[in-house]
Amino acid sequence: MEKFVQIEKIGQTFATKKGKFVALRDISLTIKQGEFISLIGHSGCGKSTLLNLIAGLTTPTIGVLLCDGREIAGPGPERAVVFQNHSLLPWLTCFENVYLAVERVFGEKESKQKLKERTAAAINLVGLDHASSKYPNEISGGMKQRVGIARALSMEPKVLLMDEPFGALDALTRAKLQDELMKICQATQATTVMVTHDVDEAVLLSDRIVMMTNGPAATIGEILEVNLPRPRHRLTLAHDPAYIGYRAAVLEFLYEKQAHVEKLAA
Amino acid sequence: MTMFREKTMNAVTMDSDFGREKPVDRSPLEISLGHGTISQPGAAVAAVPAREEKMEKAAVPAELAGTPISERIGTLAREALPPVLGMLILLGIWYVATFKGGSIPGPGKTWDAAAVLFSDPFYRNGPNDQGIGWNVLSSLQRVGIGFGFAALVGIPLGFILGRSPFLSAMVNPIISLLRPVSPLAWLPIGLLVFQKADPAATYTIFICSIWPMIMNTAQGVQRVPQDYLNVARVLNLSEWKVVTKILFPAVLPYMLTGIRLSIGTAWLVIVAAEMLTGGVGIGFWVWDEWNNLKVEHIIIAIFVIGIVGLILEQMLILLAKKLTKESA
Repeated sequence: MEKFVQIEKIGQTFATKKGKFVALRDISLTIKQGEFISLIGHSGCGKSTLLNLIAGLTTPTIGVLLCDGREIAGPGPERAVVFQNHSLLPWLTCFENVYLAVERVFGEKESKQKLKERTAAAINLVGLDHASSKYPNEISGGMKQRVGIARALSMEPKVLLMDEPFGALDALTRAKLQDELMKICQATQATTVMVTHDVDEAVLLSDRIVMMTNGPAATIGEILEVNLPRPRHRLTLAHDPAYIGYRAAVLEFLYEKQAHVEKLAA
Repeated sequence: MTMFREKTMNAVTMDSDFGREKPVDRSPLEISLGHGTISQPGAAVAAVPAREEKMEKAAVPAELAGTPISERIGTLAREALPPVLGMLILLGIWYVATFKGGSIPGPGKTWDAAAVLFSDPFYRNGPNDQGIGWNVLSSLQRVGIGFGFAALVGIPLGFILGRSPFLSAMVNPIISLLRPVSPLAWLPIGLLVFQKADPAATYTIFICSIWPMIMNTAQGVQRVPQDYLNVARVLNLSEWKVVTKILFPAVLPYMLTGIRLSIGTAWLVIVAAEMLTGGVGIGFWVWDEWNNLKVEHIIIAIFVIGIVGLILEQMLILLAKKLTKESA
């Protein structure tokens, strides 16, 4: 599966009151099965727009997106999304939030007992057995985000899409969840696309980092292959010259090559 | 004296702990503490509530666990005091205003009449002479039926309007046009259509209580956070699941507000509608007692209408709290 997700020359234009706004132009990218891709760039560069396109929440103005050989025409459970603000339904418990997704995907084929087992397994995967019957407002931000991840993983998606999943969390919780996510992706071999603005996060987690130019009319600037052996450990990597080199390359792209456009925009 | 002083000092310490965030308030007390005097008015005044608390605690040393109860009674008394005082003032004004006699009876006379009236609230002497209990119940029944139909129509309509911008744009001008119309203006139409007084009154209730439910439900649907709808789209939930698992719980608080407003209006309107249509009902009863010139009964009716309205409102607030707590 060399070309699992194909993005072919897409562009996205929004109609605004001031006329047409070109958000993305001329983006082509192929993602292999099991690959972990990060989208990084300054805010307003259309990272989330690109992710929403893959999710099918929006449709491109021009170009086409394919997933597993089929055109992406709308959102669907085979492309699960972890939203930035977790988006759990506050009137359902953590278990029920995950169950809603499980039931949708497997409800027609499997017994209730099996669905419940799947739900419990997904919650167990993110280490939240004890909080299963709690409501989202009774648990911490990091736990909510883990439930969001559990909900996405429980659907056994072909592609896992994450929109700054750890952006709203404190640094320690973020590091813990990054480690957990690495383990989960390793275990499930999930194809993952993650939007981030955190350079360390991108280098630590990704197989490839897609660096985007500044908007408007943003496109892919550079793609960096991260050839670090897995499993990766943040402490050992901190002194690894290769890791430091990758980190420097991303920083250089963000703050030297793309810095001047930011000045113009500001 | 020493005891008093000790207590004051205790009180001051307590107070200084208490007022740590407001050092300016604290300083005069500290000065008085430093000088060892308690004659400073500021210190004495500030010390009084704390000292009372101390003495209260000292009064029940045997049961330490019992102190929260006495405190609770204290807070209860403090909370109950203003409303009770307000009621007493109202009664006082009423008493003074009717003291010299005149057409409006005073509190005493009204109380006596109420005692007689409530001794047998459920008697029946023919269709036009029934106990006040029956009158209130039949008014409530009309409100219930009219409101029930309004909820059956209004809430689904609100959902539809909230989901469809086109329909909403189509229907909104009609709602804006009809909503400010006094429900009583609809009464003749109701009488004409139904040919009977009773369904006409119910229909008036229907008309007046439908608007808040439509509008609040529609607004609630429009305000469902996009995040939740995105979840629905990504999961590709069926429309039924979207309604039951996402829209309904998200809209529930708005819907309950609509229901509360509707019931309030319905209860306001029923009195007026019944005055015009007659039959059995609290509104008709008021009019009947006016014809009999039993003014004290009219005043009793005012209280009864007020109390029933209050109970309805409180019940719905309680319901809203319970439901939103469960769903929150």
